[in-house]
Amino acid sequence: MTIEANHETQAPVELVTLTIDDVSVSVPKGTLVIRAAEVVGIEIPRFCDHPLLEPVGACRQCLVDIPDAGNGRGFPKPQASCTIEAAPGMVVRTHLTSDVAATAQRGNMEFLLVNHPLDCPVCDKGGECPLQNQAMSHGRGESRFHETKRTFAKPVPVSAQVLLDRERCVLCARCTRFSEQVAGDPFIALVERGAQQQVGIGPSSDGAEGAPFHSYFSGNTIQICPVGALTSADYRFRSRPFDLVSVPSVAEHDACGAAIRVDHRRGAVMRRLAGDDPEVNEEWISDKDRFAFTWSRQDDRLRTPLVRDENGDLQPTSWPGALAVAGRLLESVRGSVGVLPGGRLTLEDAHAWSAFARVALGTNDVDFRSRATGPEEADFLASHVAGSGLGVTYDQLARARRVVLVALEPEDEAATIFLRLRKAVRAAKTQVVTIASHLSRGSEKLGATLVPAVPGQEVAALAGLELGAGDVVLVGERAALVPGLLSALATLGAGVRLAWVPRRAGDRAAVEAGLLPNLLPGARPVAVAEARADLAAAWGVAGVPGVRGRDLATIVDDAADHAVLGLLVGGVEIADLPDPARARAALAAAPVVISLEVRRSEVTEHADVVLPVAPPVEKSGTFVTWEGRRRGFATALHEPGSVTDTRVLAGIAEEMGRPLTFRTPADALVDHDSIGRWDGAAAGGPSAAPTAPAGPPAGHVVISTWRQLIDDGRGQEGQAEYSATARPAVARASAATWSSLGVPETGTVVLGGSATFSVVVDDLPDGVVWVPGNNGVNLRELGIGHGSVTTATTGAESTHE
Amino acid sequence: MTDVLTPVLSAGWADDRAWTLDAYTRRGGYRALAKALTTTPAELIDLVKESGLRGRGGAGFPTGMKWSFIPKDNPNPTYLVVNADESEPGTCKDIPLMMASPHTLVEGVIIASRAIEAERAFIYVRGEVLHVVRRLRAAVREAYEAGHLGRDIGGSGMNLDVVVHAGAGAYICGEETALLDSLEGRRGQPRLRPPFPAVAGLYASPTVINNVESIASVPAIVEHGIEWFGSMGTEKSKGFTLYSLSGHVKRPGQYEAPLGITLRELLELGGGMRPSPDGTDAELKFWTPGGSSTPILTAEHLDVPLDYEGVGAAGSMLGTKALQVFDQTTSVVRCVLRWTEFYKHESCGKCTPCREGTWWLVQVLRRLDSGQGRAGDIELLQELCGNILGRSFCALGDGATSPITSAIQYFRDEFESGMHTPSAELFPPVASTLFATEATA
Repeated sequence: MTIEANHETQAPVELVTLTIDDVSVSVPKGTLVIRAAEVVGIEIPRFCDHPLLEPVGACRQCLVDIPDAGNGRGFPKPQASCTIEAAPGMVVRTHLTSDVAATAQRGNMEFLLVNHPLDCPVCDKGGECPLQNQAMSHGRGESRFHETKRTFAKPVPVSAQVLLDRERCVLCARCTRFSEQVAGDPFIALVERGAQQQVGIGPSSDGAEGAPFHSYFSGNTIQICPVGALTSADYRFRSRPFDLVSVPSVAEHDACGAAIRVDHRRGAVMRRLAGDDPEVNEEWISDKDRFAFTWSRQDDRLRTPLVRDENGDLQPTSWPGALAVAGRLLESVRGSVGVLPGGRLTLEDAHAWSAFARVALGTNDVDFRSRATGPEEADFLASHVAGSGLGVTYDQLARARRVVLVALEPEDEAATIFLRLRKAVRAAKTQVVTIASHLSRGSEKLGATLVPAVPGQEVAALAGLELGAGDVVLVGERAALVPGLLSALATLGAGVRLAWVPRRAGDRAAVEAGLLPNLLPGARPVAVAEARADLAAAWGVAGVPGVRGRDLATIVDDAADHAVLGLLVGGVEIADLPDPARARAALAAAPVVISLEVRRSEVTEHADVVLPVAPPVEKSGTFVTWEGRRRGFATALHEPGSVTDTRVLAGIAEEMGRPLTFRTPADALVDHDSIGRWDGAAAGGPSAAPTAPAGPPAGHVVISTWRQLIDDGRGQEGQAEYSATARPAVARASAATWSSLGVPETGTVVLGGSATFSVVVDDLPDGVVWVPGNNGVNLRELGIGHGSVTTATTGAESTHE
Repeated sequence: MTDVLTPVLSAGWADDRAWTLDAYTRRGGYRALAKALTTTPAELIDLVKESGLRGRGGAGFPTGMKWSFIPKDNPNPTYLVVNADESEPGTCKDIPLMMASPHTLVEGVIIASRAIEAERAFIYVRGEVLHVVRRLRAAVREAYEAGHLGRDIGGSGMNLDVVVHAGAGAYICGEETALLDSLEGRRGQPRLRPPFPAVAGLYASPTVINNVESIASVPAIVEHGIEWFGSMGTEKSKGFTLYSLSGHVKRPGQYEAPLGITLRELLELGGGMRPSPDGTDAELKFWTPGGSSTPILTAEHLDVPLDYEGVGAAGSMLGTKALQVFDQTTSVVRCVLRWTEFYKHESCGKCTPCREGTWWLVQVLRRLDSGQGRAGDIELLQELCGNILGRSFCALGDGATSPITSAIQYFRDEFESGMHTPSAELFPPVASTLFATEATA
């Protein structure tokens, strides 16, 4: 058997041929013996070994006999196959053909159990435990150890989320190596020695003892723990692995498309684990992807359609009744309906929303964006993102010479990108440059070079970089708030590869489905008659509207001014919108409000008809990642009453007498693909000019902000332990900035008149203050966003630390 | 018998204030350095290679060959690290050497650094011996003041800075890669090899790690030549070395002699075994040739030549030449238990066999020591040792098994007695213990 040349690089790989248990195998040079054995189907027992971590050779479980190292001489002692590289002519004998190896492995297994409590019946890992399994397959049936075991107090909270049982720990150092090598958060380390060696909490960066294990990736340590030493506060003692039904799925919290495994029992998700997808997330996911899954079963979950009665109260209604009312109401205001579908849709549902807007409502007044934005971004998305297919991939990131981050913080906004970039940086393959207000902790862990930029002036910083072939530019959603930035990125030189990295799982699919005022499905520009005719033919309608529609801000404004009479809203948080107060006014003013949502929201209070739709766990569909990669997933929980957006919209359309050509998500996808990508000229790109920099007036600062991975978002509700691991909400600025504002460095600052944050001195341009977007305070409620100029005054003395 | 001794390293130990630069210079110190400064690095390496000097830290690896492994094309700086973390039970040669004549080591460090072209050298001293740390630091300071260290040493253009670093009291840090981790400020745990220290050692740079005595032997070789050096010792174990005689012997201490001397000769030099409490001459029961990690030997091995080959042929290892001598009052079970408790306490915890194996061994031995042994315990001990030996990450685990397996080999009946009689009854501790008054009498 042979491992073929690495298909990604297409570079020829030097192979070495060795013999394992009398089977000849060729593997790429540098392959470890334990991995070469896997190629021929021989599983050598192991604990510390992990293919994505550097070898350590600590557990000694994978000992094999090597009678010939390839040079005619053998090793006198058994060798750890996880640390020995295959060599040409090497002869390896595993436990299958060598008594030496079998005895060594049995002896080691016996040692591992000496201080292990053998409390499998009450251990979370029992039933899926590498120690349990391998003790059965490679150990003695009975222990000869009758003496005294080492005991520890337990459990020890490593963080609010991760609990440590030191008695079960076999000291394989997977968790500590993961934290140091993969996540870059070395907050846990092995301490003490001998049998007293244990995982301990290390000092924090400021030297304080006992800093908790704060890492956005801490849950991975629980998953790779080969025993039950690390457990999650959330899942501890909740279920047995053999009672769980596992379904592969895709994480819904960002645009990364991380593979996950959903484990459910009796109709409830018990936990989520990282899936294994070498092309996307390898074997790691963020804590958000892992722990934030209870949001869809909160008490405010909508289970039945609601229709507002004559007294103004929402009354439970049958599906046919609710769809009929929704259809009648929408028909009554047809031609004056704004459509706000949100950014969390599958490609199927996004396509249904797009078709519904164009066919049933006859409008281009549709915008998936539920955040501060502008027309420049819509043009950029139409010209540079829609229909671009699989562009820059994770693998290309890992092999890029240089990756430039523009208005993007991968650790907070695209965790899978962060991990892949960090891996590339550690392999000394990739250099990361970030255009930002300061070097964030995430950027530090990427070894990034900072190109400092005052929010709003990123264009000048970009111009200073000599971008060329081999460079990859990743631009985040905040770029939309910087006039001229996306226009500048749209005209980068040849050879520079550009990728748009949105925050939400449905953003890219929405672009592909044309949920924009200037864009139709398949990258068809609204402005091009042929593109419209093509689409109309596919949908069997006379035509689709040819006027560029209203965007988010205009829909909201016009609704508040009674120029838009109906609003069709799906999964939009009012507090996320650029001007929440204005949006509330719009909802109050619009005579018709139809809402499709999973849980009650502010929109519910204004809706005439509320149509409950399924969360991702209760439906199948396809997310499209920032790369343009399709990530299909199947239904995990089959809830009879849970219906997709597609079914609901198709039902309303039929009530309106304007049916869509599909009723199910599967058919919606077929429809989307059969319409296909527009083969005509792409839409014109954005062409906005940067605004001239102006310093903030006295007592004011320029705000730099983004949403941290763990924040107060509603998609993370119901997980107290997880939320407790959020980074503290602090305001960062230079000492000079604090001083000029009269804010003591141990004090607090009040931004925008009401948002109070503890103060931290950091290396930011003078006059700029960074604050998290939604930890404790949702800045949007104050009308504050990236690049905003707002007041800053000193608050009370800090209570933190 | 005194002509058997060959005091070279220990020659000036009795001088007045022997540890000072003045005293060292008066007895010819730093003459070898002057000679070395006019010798090329390559010639120095060849000289040490041809001298046949082998590592005195226990493993006996040829010192010159170790130096020659340093790659010449590596862009990183080369470092010399002196392993002065002397912690092996019974071993007590480097600490007296550094106390009595620290400049011998400093001179050796300068010459060795010249040979491997290092501009920075580290002496990693066991943390508990603060007096040695102070004395070494004083010697290094004197050497700087005399121009033997620093920039352009002796006008030769050679630069060298020496750092004396105190460990924190862990036996494992005597393992060379654990020592490097500790020196870098990490927890001392052995590193995976390859890469070997010669290629990626301290701060991932080419590094030579030598024992104190090995480095201290270099000036004499440079000064007197390889023929003089080869005139002492045996064919494959050349030169002089420090034998540390301790235990139930009349005059314990350092005996510097050519390699290949026997314990019988050394015991005669040391005045023989101590008298028994009952007045009769004590009998030699067992002894270690090179610290507790080397398998014990018995009276039948009195005439084994104490060189690398001779001790190896007798089934043990020369090790650090720490000759711990035990008479017939000693319980071998109790002695082995004490050693095993040491290894359990010092196991770094990195690998399973050493960490868990020593934990288990101690409990079985305690049982036997208290007369509570169970049928099969001896076989269990042997099997556990077999599962540790050659399976551990580093040699600490191997060393932990040596006293147990060798003691069972020679004194199985005593372990069998442990099934019914406590060792304290068979061998009252008061009889074997060397009390302070007795040792200093």
